[in-house]
Amino acid sequence: MESHKRPLSPHIGIYKPQITSVLSILHRLTGIALAFGAILLTYWLSAGAYGPEAFARAQGFMGSIFGRLILLGLTFSLFYHLCNGIRHLAWDAGWGFELPKLRATGWLVLILAIVLTGVTWVLAYKAAGLMS
Amino acid sequence: MSMRTPLNRARGSGSTKDGTAHWWTQRVTGVALVPLTIWFVFSAISLAGADYTAFKAWAGNYGHAVLLILLIISIFQHTQLGLQVVIEDYVHKEATKVTMLIVMKFIVYLCAAACLLAVLKFALGN
Repeated sequence: MESHKRPLSPHIGIYKPQITSVLSILHRLTGIALAFGAILLTYWLSAGAYGPEAFARAQGFMGSIFGRLILLGLTFSLFYHLCNGIRHLAWDAGWGFELPKLRATGWLVLILAIVLTGVTWVLAYKAAGLMS
Repeated sequence: MSMRTPLNRARGSGSTKDGTAHWWTQRVTGVALVPLTIWFVFSAISLAGADYTAFKAWAGNYGHAVLLILLIISIFQHTQLGLQVVIEDYVHKEATKVTMLIVMKFIVYLCAAACLLAVLKFALGN
């Protein structure tokens, strides 16, 4: 169906970025990042099923600087999407729509995601024996 | 004159044809993924830099295999629903949109099948 040139809602570019809108977009972006993470999970599990050499190669890739950067991004994406997902569930239950609450939970989710990412990496480095 | 009620005629005729199923499944898989991903993060930490023997011991554990299967089903179902909305929101040319949706779903199911087969291989032994 050919659509007419109707007036569209104000273009997103004219809005000043706010914690609410930025976090909403971040939820979507981290979701897309995690979809690529799911492909990486598939590679990792499949390599394990394939045999020791393939698994060693997969672990080598994950442990490389490039691999670690990807995993760091995915760890943050995971924790952010997880925390903000719980925030979404609270909204579904009808809780937390007032602006002060909305902003407070937004900052909470962001800070929590950063802290949890840091804690996870410290624990992983300790588990791998790279840190005492 | 039709004897059907207006509600009966409206059912199944919405823009998505499946009412709230998409929305609801997204929530249910989301809720399931809260404990499952927390478990997986702890497992991934313990496997940082692990060799093949350690990995096999972890993945071969029966309880781990059950959780991994649940994790994989939830992840890929949630991913498929989420990416579908993203594509529907930004791709407006019908042919491109439908093609992208089909390709995306094929990739998601391919990955899910590969993951499930890998887990079954570890759990059931070689």
